[in-house]
Amino acid sequence: MQDFLLELTAVDKNFQTTDGTARKVLENVDFTLHEGEIVALLGKSGSGKSTLLRIMAGLIPADQGKVNYRGRSITSPVAGIAMVFQSFALFPWLTVQQNVELGLEAQGVPPDTRQKRADEVLELIGLSGFGGALPRELSGGMRQRVGIARALVTNPDILLMDEAFSALDVLTGETLRDDILELWEARKIPTKGILVVSHNIEEAVMMADRVLIFSSDPGRIRAEIKVDLPRPRNVDTLEVRSLIDEVYALMTMRPASTQVTDLSLPMHIGYRLPDADISRIEGVLDLIADAPFNGRADLPKLAEEAELSDDELFPAYEALSLLGLAHIDKGDITLTRLGTNYHLAEQALKQELFGQLLLEHVPLARHIRSTLENETTGKLPEKKLLEVLHESLKPHEAERVLNVAIEWGRYGEVYEYDYHAGVLHLPDGND
Amino acid sequence: MFELFTPILHQNNNSLKPNRWDWILLPFVLAVLVLLAYAAMQMTKPFHIGEVTPISLSPAYLPYYLLRTILRMFTALFFSLLFSFVFAAVAAKYKTAEKFMIPMLDILQSVPILGFQAIAIAPFIAFFPGNLLGVECAAIFAIFTSQAWNMAFSLYQSIRNVPPELNEASRVFQMTGWQRFWRLELPFAMPGLLWNMMMSMSGGWFFLVAAEAISVAGQDIKLPGIGAYIAVAIETKNGSAIAYAILAMLTGILLYDQLFFRPLLAWADKFRFEETQGDTAQKSWLLDWGRKSNWVRAATESFWMHMRKTLGWFGKRPSDKPLAHPVFKHRDRLARIGESLLFLLLAITVYRLVLFIHRDVGWQEALHVFGLGFITLFRVMLLIGLASLFWVPVAIWIGLRPRYAQKIQAVAQFLAAFPVNLMFPVVVFCIVRLDLNPGIWLSPLMVFGTQWYILFNVVAGASSIPNELRLAADNLGLKGWLKWKRVYLPAVFPSFVTGAITASGGSWNASIVSEYVSWGKTRLIADGLGSYIKQMTDIGDFHRIALGIGVMCIFVMLLNRFFWRKLYILAEDKGH
Repeated sequence: MQDFLLELTAVDKNFQTTDGTARKVLENVDFTLHEGEIVALLGKSGSGKSTLLRIMAGLIPADQGKVNYRGRSITSPVAGIAMVFQSFALFPWLTVQQNVELGLEAQGVPPDTRQKRADEVLELIGLSGFGGALPRELSGGMRQRVGIARALVTNPDILLMDEAFSALDVLTGETLRDDILELWEARKIPTKGILVVSHNIEEAVMMADRVLIFSSDPGRIRAEIKVDLPRPRNVDTLEVRSLIDEVYALMTMRPASTQVTDLSLPMHIGYRLPDADISRIEGVLDLIADAPFNGRADLPKLAEEAELSDDELFPAYEALSLLGLAHIDKGDITLTRLGTNYHLAEQALKQELFGQLLLEHVPLARHIRSTLENETTGKLPEKKLLEVLHESLKPHEAERVLNVAIEWGRYGEVYEYDYHAGVLHLPDGND
Repeated sequence: MFELFTPILHQNNNSLKPNRWDWILLPFVLAVLVLLAYAAMQMTKPFHIGEVTPISLSPAYLPYYLLRTILRMFTALFFSLLFSFVFAAVAAKYKTAEKFMIPMLDILQSVPILGFQAIAIAPFIAFFPGNLLGVECAAIFAIFTSQAWNMAFSLYQSIRNVPPELNEASRVFQMTGWQRFWRLELPFAMPGLLWNMMMSMSGGWFFLVAAEAISVAGQDIKLPGIGAYIAVAIETKNGSAIAYAILAMLTGILLYDQLFFRPLLAWADKFRFEETQGDTAQKSWLLDWGRKSNWVRAATESFWMHMRKTLGWFGKRPSDKPLAHPVFKHRDRLARIGESLLFLLLAITVYRLVLFIHRDVGWQEALHVFGLGFITLFRVMLLIGLASLFWVPVAIWIGLRPRYAQKIQAVAQFLAAFPVNLMFPVVVFCIVRLDLNPGIWLSPLMVFGTQWYILFNVVAGASSIPNELRLAADNLGLKGWLKWKRVYLPAVFPSFVTGAITASGGSWNASIVSEYVSWGKTRLIADGLGSYIKQMTDIGDFHRIALGIGVMCIFVMLLNRFFWRKLYILAEDKGH
């Protein structure tokens, strides 16, 4: 533990938006990976954790700050850092064997040595006998094994895993994860440090020695939790459960300045509305309201009951708390009285209620509605709104936020939207 | 891409002992080699300008002519491929280069083949004095110009669309640009490129007569080949020779389809990036034979082995190459220099153009040619419209019946290759006999070769309509016109636009052949830009050829930019 494998100091990263303004994706990120440890980076999607990973891999440059690998500055991909991709990123026209040999081939290793090394790694990872197969003949789990073998074959110091298990079904993902941990614990792989980027809390707690929680907009490391439990860990033990709860609490806690319940500090128009559709929001609300939770739920249990991943649920939680239908506290979600009433209401009333809450709590919706009411034509092209949003969001994100606002507004009958013309207008018979 | 016989690689212990597949393949391979060598030898005969190369209309000569033509086409295809590699690799890699290379391709694509020929014939002949090779090269170059552009564009687009995670993987594993091209970019582009190669071969046939019977600038050179054969048959009004030519062409297409493209398609099946449902794998008997033959296997294995060694070329990129900002700033400046150069070039071109028109052809003439351009524009649009009205419903009908769809695709591809000149006897006969107005009745020839693009694109579009969508439509009780309006027509719209763009571009080119039709001494001329260019080429008036071709480029590019591209974007939008 005396050596830094990877050290990032005060890293900043901006992305250029189309109108030329820069948007901050990473701000002042410090990070170290020590020899012999596994670190997990947890955060919501779009929080910049993948960008950070790509900076470490030397794929994109940092705007500011230092990125050091064993005391050398990283400016392009280096031989000691390998990466496993979420979508596997296998070359479909190459056989498993050739895919695995790819990194060695690029380094100019002679064919005989290449084949020997590839055979060894394939055996290690449980793929011997599959060397001649094309990736498309394999199942998802097997494909990711190839992805891991391909990364390990160059004997990297550092293994970067970008959501490596999230494209797999739960059982396959867990098996693969356990296999990797076993190799790591038994020192069968030469890798000296692993960085796991994930949005799966359980995965992070089960794997890592340290869990870093990433906050978004701009991306920053908000909290760090040490996990001093020996591996293999059992998910059902009390220690693991309480750690998971703790991480949940940290993840759902908002930075104080944007606390939604605090109405004296209103959100601005460019607030990043969570990517939650109506049916998901109402589905989660119903789930909390009904037995066995009866209005108050432990978040991990809720995730289990809903059979959805945290990444899919967090936007719905945020939407509920944003609209004042529920509030979240230390890993628990509780329905407000309003939330309970909403749950019991008839469909027409629900929509009316939703519209009211929207105008009350979401500045963007309020802005759209009031603009439409002041407009003599009763129409507002979405372009104009996007221009306003571009001041604080990058184009892609602005579009996403507007789409959320449009869907919510349509449901609450606050305004309507003509897809082909790209124009928002007041609901018919409402002038 | 370096793996032809993947499954067999590891059981490489059985020797080089020939099996029965070897004995079957041996005569084949030998015959092809001998024929190619013979044809290649014939290409370098002595030749002097003014000499007449005799073309015999006897059908006995046809196999020989066919051989020469096919060799020419494949040579051109090879160079097109080479051109595409270089073009796409450079355009995709360097932003500055891309900025002028892509518009350049647009322009090249809209220049008719006669234009290239007029420019290229003299230098090529001068380069090989006293040898037929010069003329041969000119013909190959002409065929090349009808093949290369769409291939280059397809490759460039594929390289641009390489999935980002594969790109990242190749960078993380530190592959060199050379390795990346052969391991990632070319394999990814392979299906699209192959498809475009097949289209290019068809395009090559279409202008074969112009390429082989060179009548530019007062020259009258005929190279032994099917194109020249057709030209002579037309001059001497020999109907049965035309029929023989059609037969020979059909044979030729079948041959290279079975011996070249089928095996290639079947082999390239593994480069399909995603398995799209309903896409049945291509089959080729030749490839199956080859895979069973010991000799062929040994030969290909050692071939790929050697090829794999070439992957190590151009060394390993120094891993400390800075990636940070200085490079980008440097690039920025380069880009700005490039842009200003481009602008300068444009200004010079415009200046020269004005000067040229003012001095050499006169504004009156320029105006006249623009008028002719509008006539041809009207013809193209009207006929594309009419062809669409007819073919879209037919194509949808076929596309919904997968049993026919694949067969029709093959037939349509043959029809697209069919040189319009072969229709001359029929057309002339009808128009003269019935005393029709050539200005109207020659027009259908323009879409004669290009309408098939609409047909097979729409067939492909219709056959990829999800089955569930059709079932849902049935379930909702959609019938008749409503079903077409709500389901079929919107579903095929994007593929229709793709087909129509190709058809429109091709029709402009075809106007040169189809607005000026001859059969023996009979000449039928429709007023238009195409016939203007053709007439000026016959006379050898370079200024007016240049004017005509320039105007055609302008028309094609404006039409593409302001009509087809808009439609394309609309189609893409609706697709989501």
